[in-house]
Amino acid sequence: MLQSGDSVISIRDFDSEEIQQVLSVAARMEREDNRDLMRGKILATMFLEASTRTKLSFMSAMLRLGGEVLDFGDTEHSSFKKGESLSDAIRIVSGYCDVIAMRHPWEGAARLAAQIAGLPVINAGDGANQHPTQTFLDLYTIQKVRGRIDGLSVGFVGDLKYGRTVHSLATALSRFDCRQIFVSPPTLRIPAGLLRELEEAGVRYEVSEDLVSAISKLDILYCTRIQRERFADSLEYERTKGAYRLDLALLERGGARDELRIMHPLPRVGELSTDLDDTPYAVYFQQARNGVPVRQALLSLVLGKE
Amino acid sequence: MPPENSDKELSVAAIRDGTVIDHIQNEATFKVADILNLDTGEEVVLVGMNLPGSKAGRKGLIKIDGRELTLEEVNKIALIAPRATVNIIKGYRVVEKRKVQLPEQVEGIVRCINPNCVTNKQSVTTRFDVLESSPPSLRCVYCERTVSGADIILK
Ligand SMILES: Nc1ncnc2c1ncn2[C@@H]1O[C@H](COP(=O)(O)OP(=O)(O)OP(=O)(O)O)[C@@H](O)[C@H]1O
Ligand SMILES: [Mg+2]
Ligand SMILES: [Zn+2]
Repeated sequence: MLQSGDSVISIRDFDSEEIQQVLSVAARMEREDNRDLMRGKILATMFLEASTRTKLSFMSAMLRLGGEVLDFGDTEHSSFKKGESLSDAIRIVSGYCDVIAMRHPWEGAARLAAQIAGLPVINAGDGANQHPTQTFLDLYTIQKVRGRIDGLSVGFVGDLKYGRTVHSLATALSRFDCRQIFVSPPTLRIPAGLLRELEEAGVRYEVSEDLVSAISKLDILYCTRIQRERFADSLEYERTKGAYRLDLALLERGGARDELRIMHPLPRVGELSTDLDDTPYAVYFQQARNGVPVRQALLSLVLGKE
Repeated sequence: MPPENSDKELSVAAIRDGTVIDHIQNEATFKVADILNLDTGEEVVLVGMNLPGSKAGRKGLIKIDGRELTLEEVNKIALIAPRATVNIIKGYRVVEKRKVQLPEQVEGIVRCINPNCVTNKQSVTTRFDVLESSPPSLRCVYCERTVSGADIILK
C-alpha cells in the first residue's frame, strides 16, 4: 500500500489493491472538505519541460488542501541553464519542501530523483516513459463514470505506438478484469512488447484497424491525438487522421451503446468532434477536472495525511 | 601434492585453493576477466583461450589462485557467459561446481540502449530487472525500456 514517505514514479509499481486505495482516497477528497489537511506543508513543482495543465492541477490540488507551493521555474530560467546537474538540483530543492512534483524530459529522471531526494517525489512525466498521475486520473474517471473498472471493455484509438498515456493505462488495466481493444492505423500500432506483457498478465485483447466495427463492443473509448510529426508524408497524415476521426455520426454508424463513455487526455486537435461535447458520451472535460482530487489523494497519501 | 593428471589444462597450472571458471564462450573470455576486475587483485590469474571444448567448439577458461569467488561475483558474468561453470578448488580438488545464474537485478554491467535514459545523461549506476534469464531479457529500472539479444550492451 502507498505509505507516508513513498514516491509515485510508475504505474508499474502499483497492483490493483494499491490503485483502488488511491481511487478511494480521491473519491473522499472530492466529497469532503480538506482545506486544512496540508497546512504547513510545501510542494515544490519542478517542471523542466513545458506543461501548463498538469502543473496547474498539482498546484490547485496542494492549495485546496491548505498547503503551499514553491515553483522551481522552467528550464529557461532555472540554474539548469548554467549546467547544474539534476542530482544537485534535487538535493537543493529537497531542503526547501516536503514533496516534489517533477516533470523532466529524460526517461527515468523521476526514479533517480526519488533515490536522491529523501522525501516523496511524484512523477509528472519523464520523457516518453511514465506519467502516473494521468493514469490514476484516467482510472478514476472510468470508475466514476461506469461505477467500476472490472468487467469493462476498453477501446483505445489514435496513436497507440507513441502514446505514453495509452501504454500506461493499458498496463494499469491489466491489473483488472478488462477487455482491451486497440484501434489504430498499421503505422501507429500498439507495441508488440506491450501486447506480450498483456498476454503474460492474461488480458483478453484485440488489435484492429477498423474503428466503426469496434464501437458497439465498447464501454469506454479512449482517444488520443495522431500527430503530424509521425508521418513522413502529409497526404498519408490527412488520410489517416480522417479515418480515425470520432464524431456523432460515426458512433451511430457503429451502433454505440448508450453507456459508452468517451475519454481523451486533451488537448484535442480535430480527432474528436465538438458535436460530441454536449452528449452523455463525452466525459473528457470531467476527466481533466478529476486530475485535482487524484493529485490531492496522492499528495496526502505520500505525506501521511489522508 | 598436485594429483597426477594427464589433463592438458591442469598441467598448465594446477592450483591448490581457488576458483576455475570453465566453459566460457571463447570470445567472452577477456570480458569476463574484466567484469570480475581480475586485473586489480593480488591473486595470480591464468586466462586460457581457444581451448578445445566439448560441444561448442573452442572455449575460454580462467583460473584464480587463492580466491574463492562469491556467488554474487560469479553471477555477474551470466549475461555474457551463460554456459560457464564455476569450480571451487580446495586441496587441488573440485569441491563445488555451479552453473552461473542471472541474478534478479543486474547492476552496473549493462549500458541502457535508450539515449534519452537518465543513465546516459548523468553518471548513474545502471540497474536492470531480469525478466527472462535464457535468452536474457532485461528492463531498465529507470527508463523501463526492455532489451534482449543484441540490444543488451555491456559497459
Ligand atoms: N587443482 C586444479 N587446479 C586447476 N584447475 C583445476 C584443478 N582441478 C580441476 N581443475 C579444472 O577445473 C575444471 C573442472 O574440473 P573437473 O574435474 O570438474 O572437470 P570436468 O569433469 O571436465 O568438469 P565439466 O563437466 O564441468 O567440464 C577443469 O577445467 C579442470 O581442468
Ligand atoms: Mg570438462
Ligand atoms: Zn534506461
